[in-house]
Amino acid sequence: MLKTHRPPLDVVVVGAGVVGAACAYYAARAGLAVAVVDRGPVAGGTTGAGEGNLLVSDKEPGPELDLALLSTRLWRELAEDLGPAMEYEAKGGVVVASTAAGQQALRSFAAGQLAAGVEAEEVPAERLRELEPHLAPGLAGGFRYPQDAQVQPALAAAHLLREARRMGAELFTGESVIAVDRGPDGAVRGVRTDRRRLAAPAVVNAAGTWGGELAALAGVRLPVLPRRGFVLVTEPLPRLVRHKVYAADYVADVASGSAGLQTSAVVEGTPGGPVLIGASRERVGFDRTLSQEVLRRLAVQAAELFPVLAEVVVMRTYRGFRPYLPDHLPAVGEDPRVPGLHHACGHEGAGIGLAPATGLLISEQLTGKRPELDLAPFRADRFPAA
Amino acid sequence: MTRRRTPAGLVEAAPGPAHHIEFDGRPVRALPGQSIAAALWADGVLAWRTTRVGGRPRGVFCGIGACFDCLATVDGRPNQRTCLVPAEPGTVVTTQEGHGRADLAV
Repeated sequence: MLKTHRPPLDVVVVGAGVVGAACAYYAARAGLAVAVVDRGPVAGGTTGAGEGNLLVSDKEPGPELDLALLSTRLWRELAEDLGPAMEYEAKGGVVVASTAAGQQALRSFAAGQLAAGVEAEEVPAERLRELEPHLAPGLAGGFRYPQDAQVQPALAAAHLLREARRMGAELFTGESVIAVDRGPDGAVRGVRTDRRRLAAPAVVNAAGTWGGELAALAGVRLPVLPRRGFVLVTEPLPRLVRHKVYAADYVADVASGSAGLQTSAVVEGTPGGPVLIGASRERVGFDRTLSQEVLRRLAVQAAELFPVLAEVVVMRTYRGFRPYLPDHLPAVGEDPRVPGLHHACGHEGAGIGLAPATGLLISEQLTGKRPELDLAPFRADRFPAA
Repeated sequence: MTRRRTPAGLVEAAPGPAHHIEFDGRPVRALPGQSIAAALWADGVLAWRTTRVGGRPRGVFCGIGACFDCLATVDGRPNQRTCLVPAEPGTVVTTQEGHGRADLAV
């Protein structure tokens, strides 16, 4: 028999990834009574398969960049409030171009970003190796983005939830949401899991790549699709890559809607020692099959950027599924079709970075404040009906 | 006469003649087919790496290639899993300090 949760809740967050954790954290901090539900463990989905990129460098001016800039500020605050356990590193990013044409493309991209509040500094070819001594010779130049940063994503989700629970939030892991309850007026009244009923006037859909399924339980369409990515993990090394370093093609890959395989090297060191090597993108559903072709291309591209990596051992690899919406923007905010249903999903490969801004904006909406960014571009009903 | 109970004795193995590998500059006896870790254990050596942060001793933990605890520098290459690498005649094993890649640091 289903248990009914006794103390009244203000909001149920579905999803214990980093976005759900940030929603719970900011809602609890705003004084709301919060429950978080996940069918798996904390950070068991895309969060646990990420690299922890907090990037502004790869975003063109627009609503996603506004979210990223807000998040940049919030991550800095969180790093102070939650302590060093999240492995937050304000290391900065370096984007490199292999040709003069590529460098010119970076220059015009950065010019637009500068106008939107991004800090970016051109790095001439001869200065690249001052920033990154192991970079390949012969690159045409690059740009340094001091606002780019990194966290260990699973730790970030766990510590946000720890803080949320300290402020009274409840966490139910290993419980699947099987229904979203709605009243006669169509507004949500809570959720049912396979173990209990959680009544609340608001439900946050932070189910990531599975956000479309949760939306369907609430009777609405949200076309979230999985976009697979692999990461290579090297043996522990001394700090030989200082920044987030990636090739200029990465920006084009992120913005592409192609279903085919795209790879571009994204390389970073970690406090633990291993170097992480991404990034691949392909739309192959939830296929978890190891692709040697993807791994080979990632390794080759990383070694082209950092020849020293050709000599080190790759210890393991992991894959995950980015929650992809057709226009590359997340769904953030209350669904105009279902009062009380708030979406916080579809962040694609930027979910770790965009989590705090998403959580803050959702909590502002939940408490009746005017969100500090316009949420109109993130409306969940912006896609044509199927 | 009591026979000593050894793994080889229990399975009635008849290995070929022993050879030697080198561990931190001294010879260590090894049998054909033994892993480096097995040869070191048989010699009474339990640790051949120090951890990156605390400098604590490490040797074999899982013994089957999964845990990456038994790393050592083998023939000049750091981070080799000694439970998987065969002890060939003349193999040179050195205790690894931390990640063993200090030469790459910048």
